[in-house]
Parts: sequence; structure tokens; C-alpha cells
Amino acid sequence: MTAVKLRKLCFRYAGSEKQALTNIDLTIEEGESVLITGPSGCGKSTLARVLMGLIPHSYPGELEGEAYVFDMDVKNTPVSRIATRCGIVFQNPDNQLFTFSVEDDVAFGPENLALPPDEIGRRVDEALRLVGIEHLRHSSPNNLSGGEQQKAAIASILSMKPSLLIFDEPTSMLDPSSSASLIERIFELKRSLDEAGGKTTVIIVEHRIDLLLKHLSRIIVISEGRVVLDGEPLRVLEESFRRGIPINIPPMLQIYFRVKDRCGLEKPPTTVRELICMLGGSVSRDG
Amino acid sequence: MVKIAVENLYFRYPEAAGFALRNVSFRIEEGESVAILGENGAGKTTLAKNLNGLLKPTEGSVKIDGVDTRSLSVAKIARKIGFVNHNPEHQFFAEKVEDEIRFGLRNFGFPEETIDKIIQEVLSVFGLEEYRGKNPFQLSGGEKKRLAIASIMAWRPEALIVDEPTIGMDYAQKMNIRRVLRRIVSEGRCVIVITHDVDFAATICERAIILSRGEVIGDGRLRELLSDDELVEKASLRKPFIIELEEETGLTGLEEDFDILSSILMEVFQKCRS
Repeated sequence: MTAVKLRKLCFRYAGSEKQALTNIDLTIEEGESVLITGPSGCGKSTLARVLMGLIPHSYPGELEGEAYVFDMDVKNTPVSRIATRCGIVFQNPDNQLFTFSVEDDVAFGPENLALPPDEIGRRVDEALRLVGIEHLRHSSPNNLSGGEQQKAAIASILSMKPSLLIFDEPTSMLDPSSSASLIERIFELKRSLDEAGGKTTVIIVEHRIDLLLKHLSRIIVISEGRVVLDGEPLRVLEESFRRGIPINIPPMLQIYFRVKDRCGLEKPPTTVRELICMLGGSVSRDG
Repeated sequence: MVKIAVENLYFRYPEAAGFALRNVSFRIEEGESVAILGENGAGKTTLAKNLNGLLKPTEGSVKIDGVDTRSLSVAKIARKIGFVNHNPEHQFFAEKVEDEIRFGLRNFGFPEETIDKIIQEVLSVFGLEEYRGKNPFQLSGGEKKRLAIASIMAWRPEALIVDEPTIGMDYAQKMNIRRVLRRIVSEGRCVIVITHDVDFAATICERAIILSRGEVIGDGRLRELLSDDELVEKASLRKPFIIELEEETGLTGLEEDFDILSSILMEVFQKCRS
């Protein structure tokens, strides 16, 4: 099944003269792991809002073209219905948390689906465990640090068990080790759901690419509201590098793309040591 | 000269059970560039807010130019110590980008004709000219961040504390912010960067103060601290790429400029060959 289908999609925010999205044609199949990246202000978050139906339902503006999520036409499907299949974790956790305890925030979605209480309890436990914040269950979101709030926001979406998960800069507030473990957990979660017969689609909108790279099936680069690159991750990154599109290409690849032809490297290194070995190896081979 | 002196600082939020900061002491000299690093919830932002007087110590003291923050108004401190919140939306309230910048300048009594000049200058430095008349809340995440820094930088505080400056930034903007922060340091002002982006910190800051669970667990040269595997792990950090590269190659003094790095590496291996 197709998770996302966009045809000639254009959007302009009310009061803005600039088109935020222009002629976006995009199909994302169920089960894909996609990164949407691009320079700041390129329209990444706007696109995420369309996929949740927040555009056009909550953000006024002019939407043209077609947008379908699991065959639901976002233009005339209420956000509450889209939310049963898609969950979005916003850039800013403040926009997502509103009750007085983490537990209540995480339970809010399932409660609105009118699930039985023991199922709600199970989902809350699982979501808190998945992001590693069981100990914050009774804390007020207001008293949490930025990173902890971000984890709580993610848990509040995971408890809905959505089949399309959209993350808008999920690790922006997290320390390096929490970022790495969160990304691992997101994809572990996807794997375990897939093994149980599901097909979870993950769309991540991010500037930071390094931690994600090994999990992705595809990268889409948006620039000035248009899709400028779309395809296999490494090829997309290399093409962005060649074209000078200012995305955060991981440092290792920054060097790899610069030296690969001259040093005859065939595949990118995964660690600094490997990079050095490859360079040394290419020398000793030639010499 | 000592700009900020923190002595035996303990801080507890009202109604919280434990201390968010415990026995924190350090001094920051004029012109220093310091990264405050540590895991989520370590107390980094709480510390920053104690440095600029938004929070006052529960015990111990914070002194700016020798004066206890308890005896200074928040506005007085802000003139000297600028603070850029990690969430720019907490900082905005004007309806236009240019008015956001104008606000601080007016409050600090800058003459009107200077204000226009300064606004023009910071809009251009931060690449925000085209958004001049736009509502700050309609900017993208990265643009908001730049405006937040720009509106503080406008009145040229003697020290600048920036909480998570690289969130939502693309590569070009990160380089831009890096350039701006380095310029501030080269002008002899302090820059204190709170960040999880260790690669970014390593390119700007000479010194790092590492917090864990409210306590200082490391204070010294950033490159030395972040070469210490045990400390890096304890603080949930990651070794910056540039330090890894130095360790693996034995080269020193490398800078995060990929054109230069690539040619250095090629040259080194060229030498091995001949």
C-alpha cells in the first residue's frame, strides 16, 4: 500500500507572498524509512504538516494539488481521523505536551481512541519504556529539561501505535548518546512492528544525518519548496555535495566525497580509523 | 579580568526535591570561549540562567564584574550578559523581525539613528534582510534561531550565552553562526555556548565545562577533556570528529574545514607513498 502520495502539491501560508511548497510530486510506499532534509526554511516542516492534515486544517493558506495519506485525502479528512494512522512528533515539544504529568500526556491519545483502560495502561508503559523515561512517569512536563520533554513528546505519539511515524527534528534537543539511542530505538521499534506483520513507515525531517544514515532507504532533499533530489541515501548525499546544497553531510562523508576519486576509494568508511586505513591502503596498494 | 565568578553555587527550583546544581565553582575571564556540555537534564540551562541573573543562587554566589547577581536587576545584567534561549519563541513578541531587534536597543537607550544602522547590520550578518517585515513566528526553525541571536547581539553585550545555537541549522548557517561567534571572541568578548553539538563546540570553544547531574565533572581545555574516553562516556557526549581524526593520524591543530582537511590527509598519504 502507498503511505503517502502527493501530486503537484503547492502551498502558500496565508499572509505570505512566497510559495512554501511548489509542485511536489512524491510517493512513499509503506515500510520505507525516509529522511527529508534540506536547507533551513526549505519547507521540510511544512511538508510534514501536510502529511498530518494540519495543513490545510489548522494552518490557513492556499493548498493546491493532491495529497493522500493511506488513501485518505488530507483536504477533506479530519485530522482526528488521520491521527489514527499517522503520528507526528513536533520540533518543539512545548507544542505537544499540555497535561500535568508525563503519564497523562502519553495516555491522552489512546484515551481519545476510547481504548479499554488496561490497553491504555499497556501502551503507556510500552511507550515510556521505548524512549527510556519510565522514571519521569509522574513528573510534570513543565519541570523537565528540553531533552526530557522531547522524549515525552515522542512517547505520547508512540502510544497511538501509528503506521506512519513522522519525526520533525526528533534529536534536536538531545545529548549525543540520547540521540544515538533514540534513533536506534525508533528503528528497533519499526523492526519489531514489521516482524509482527506490520509495515511501519518512518519519515524523519532532520538536519542531522550521521546517526540516521545506516537506517534509511531513501533521502529526499527539498530546497526552496521543491524536491531537488530523491533516491538512494549515499548517492543523494554525494549529489548534494557536488551541487553545494548546504545540508549537514556527515564529516566522514565530507572527506570521502572529496578524496574518493583521487584515492580510488570504492565505499565510504564507517569510522575514522577505517577512513585512515582506506587512505593508507590505497597508498600501499598503489605504491 | 574575571567576567563571571561562580562560587559554591547550589540551585534548587521551588518545590523541587533535590538541587539542580550542586557546589559549582568556576571563573570565566574576559574574552574566553567556553562550551558548557553534559547530558540531558545535567543542569546546563539552569546554570546559564544563573549566570545571567534570570535565576539567583539558592546558596553560594554568582558575580558579574565582581558584583553579586542578587544585587543587580535582570535588565542591568542583560546589558552585559546576553542570553539566547534555546527556544527562540520564548524570546519573541514583536510583530516584525526588525522590531524584535529594535526592542532591546530602545530599552537600552540607543539613539534612534544608531538603531536603524544596527538593525541593518545585524539583519545582513544573519542573512535576515528579506524577512525584515515578516512576523517572527512565521519564520522557519533555523531562521527563528538566527533572529534570536541577532536580536541579542544587536546591543553588543560583553558576554554572550547561547543555548543550543545549532538546532535546526543547515550547514551553511552553522558556518555562519560559527563565524559570528568567533568574531565576538576575537573582539575580546566572552562566548558561552551550551550545546550537544560537540563538533560545533570544538570549532569555537577553547574551554569546556562539563556537567553531570548538577555537578561539574570536568573543566579545562575542550580538546583535552573530549579526548578522555571515560569522561566523554560519563557525560553522554561523543568525541568530536576532529579530535578522532587527530588521534588516528597523530596530526595536531586540525580545524574543521573539509577542503583543508582533505588536502592535508591526501598530502600525508602522498608522503607515505614517496
